[in-house]
Amino acid sequence: MNVVSSNATRTPEWLKWLVLVIGAAILPLILQQFGNAWVRIADMALLYVLLAIGLNIIVGYAGLLDLGYVAFFAVGAYLFALLASPHLTETFPAIAAAFPGGLHLTIWVALPLAAAVAALFGILLGAPTLRLRGDYLAIVTLGFGEIIRVFLNNLDHPINLTNGPRGLGQIDAIQIFGWKLSRRLEIGDFEIAGVTLVYWLLLVLVVAAIIISHRLAESRIGRAWMAIREDEIAAKAMGINTRNLKLLAFAAGASFGGVSGVVFAGFQGFISPESFSLMESIMIVAMIVLGGLGHLPGVVLGAVLLAALPEVLRYVAGPLQQLTGGRLDAAILRQLLIALAMIVVMLLRPRGLWPQPEHGRSAGRG
Amino acid sequence: MAEPVMLKVEGASKRFGGLQALDSVGLSVAKGQIYGLIGPNGAGKTTFFNVTTGLYVPDAGRFELQGRAYEPRAVHEVARAGIARTFQNIRLFGEMTALENVMVGRHLRTHTGLMGAVLRLPQAKREEREIAERARALLDYVGIGRFADYRARTLSYGDQRRLEIARALATDPVLLALDEPAAGMNATEKQQLRILIERIRQDGRTILLIEHDVKLVMGLCDRVTVLDYGRELAVGAPAEIQSDARVIEAYLGTAAAH
Repeated sequence: MNVVSSNATRTPEWLKWLVLVIGAAILPLILQQFGNAWVRIADMALLYVLLAIGLNIIVGYAGLLDLGYVAFFAVGAYLFALLASPHLTETFPAIAAAFPGGLHLTIWVALPLAAAVAALFGILLGAPTLRLRGDYLAIVTLGFGEIIRVFLNNLDHPINLTNGPRGLGQIDAIQIFGWKLSRRLEIGDFEIAGVTLVYWLLLVLVVAAIIISHRLAESRIGRAWMAIREDEIAAKAMGINTRNLKLLAFAAGASFGGVSGVVFAGFQGFISPESFSLMESIMIVAMIVLGGLGHLPGVVLGAVLLAALPEVLRYVAGPLQQLTGGRLDAAILRQLLIALAMIVVMLLRPRGLWPQPEHGRSAGRG
Repeated sequence: MAEPVMLKVEGASKRFGGLQALDSVGLSVAKGQIYGLIGPNGAGKTTFFNVTTGLYVPDAGRFELQGRAYEPRAVHEVARAGIARTFQNIRLFGEMTALENVMVGRHLRTHTGLMGAVLRLPQAKREEREIAERARALLDYVGIGRFADYRARTLSYGDQRRLEIARALATDPVLLALDEPAAGMNATEKQQLRILIERIRQDGRTILLIEHDVKLVMGLCDRVTVLDYGRELAVGAPAEIQSDARVIEAYLGTAAAH
């Protein structure tokens, strides 16, 4: 009797999640009333959420501080850009001859392919860094991120593979069941903007990423990652093959980055090495640290906040700039405010805004 | 008559720069024994442990577990072969709960892969349930079941030592190697530890024990090796060891000096 009533009054976990996802799905319909620019901000926020969830596997679960994560994002973006834009067919007659209709890779192939190729790059990065930890690992991964960017910047000669700093343009918009996500959808009188469709695609990917990441964390693989994070020697003594599991963490985390890259390239239509700077890597690390390392809700929160905050600050920075007679540059002011926010959060909540709850602590000794 | 040999080490040597930490040390632990390894600070006890379990690569030595030679090259492979250990300076997974710590110990006896975990296949779910059940049972076994959901670092010192033992037992070891399990414990805790170690032996496991507390070693162990300056000083039953002049000298200094 008691059990039945308590079950009936408590909202089940999945229902809470369902409400949250539906709420997130409705959000762009509201935002687009205020202009597509707002939906675009939400798109970027979701993209960063996807990246943050991926990096969280490497840094949050396995404890491997990776400062070059954006490289995997770049790999995914360039993969799609090369296989769904006129660049390769224009540069290489042989490819043009082989594909008279041009290269137009569909998203169904691009997403898994990017995940696999990025995972491969994850292993390539992971293999030489297996013996490194902490600061040393951070420096090597930082170097890796820069190497990828430098390659993208300079592989325009002797053969023009990446088009160098000019970047790749005219990338196909993402197409799902024959519908281009760049076009708006009209249902009767109601209009759904293209950016909203991209938002929904990203939302599906984010939900999938959360489920995959959560299930991994609660499996024996996730526990092994966390054991490596907590104490590598003890993890080895428990029979964990730390080499394989670290490589697996790099590969799994990187694959999320590759997937994000594809969506980014298809959404922007143009990419250049500029989008994959060290600053991006640092921002993604900042997101997961700010939100709560290793705790998915915190990671999502941190990514949304840090991705949306600059845009919101745009409205604060404007008046402040006028106040100082234009001497303060709006872009610099935004960076300043973000830095300030981070310092305040880290001082007040060193484990992040929404860290893993300290369960059990008071339950037993009440 | 005599039980078969569980662990046999011959001529284990290890040098750190100019220091010969281990100089051709050997021992033979019979199945079901509690074997003690004692000696003053810096005698090489922990080095012997680390070399036997693959944490350090030995300069020389022959290692045999259950009659099969093994190369202690990789720690995780030694664990797979059946030696589980605890650490002198407790090495738990601090941010994980006590239960999760023990569940990690099941890692090498379970098989769920990436796909099984992501898709939550029936087999993976069953295995996960078994891991949790086994871990809970082990927490109860060492007497800290009520702290299952506490983070390991929040447990008391004695309970952390017990948790380390539970985690080691989770790997289904044939040989349990305990590195100073009683360090920092008070008299009551030591007594409880002693009961636990005896119970583990009764349940069919062989135990290799490094201990500082001579009284505990003498009361528990069937056989003892004394190390001093990386060398074997004496081997024998506790009673023989206690009356051995060389051992007394190593521990207390020569009679002439006093």
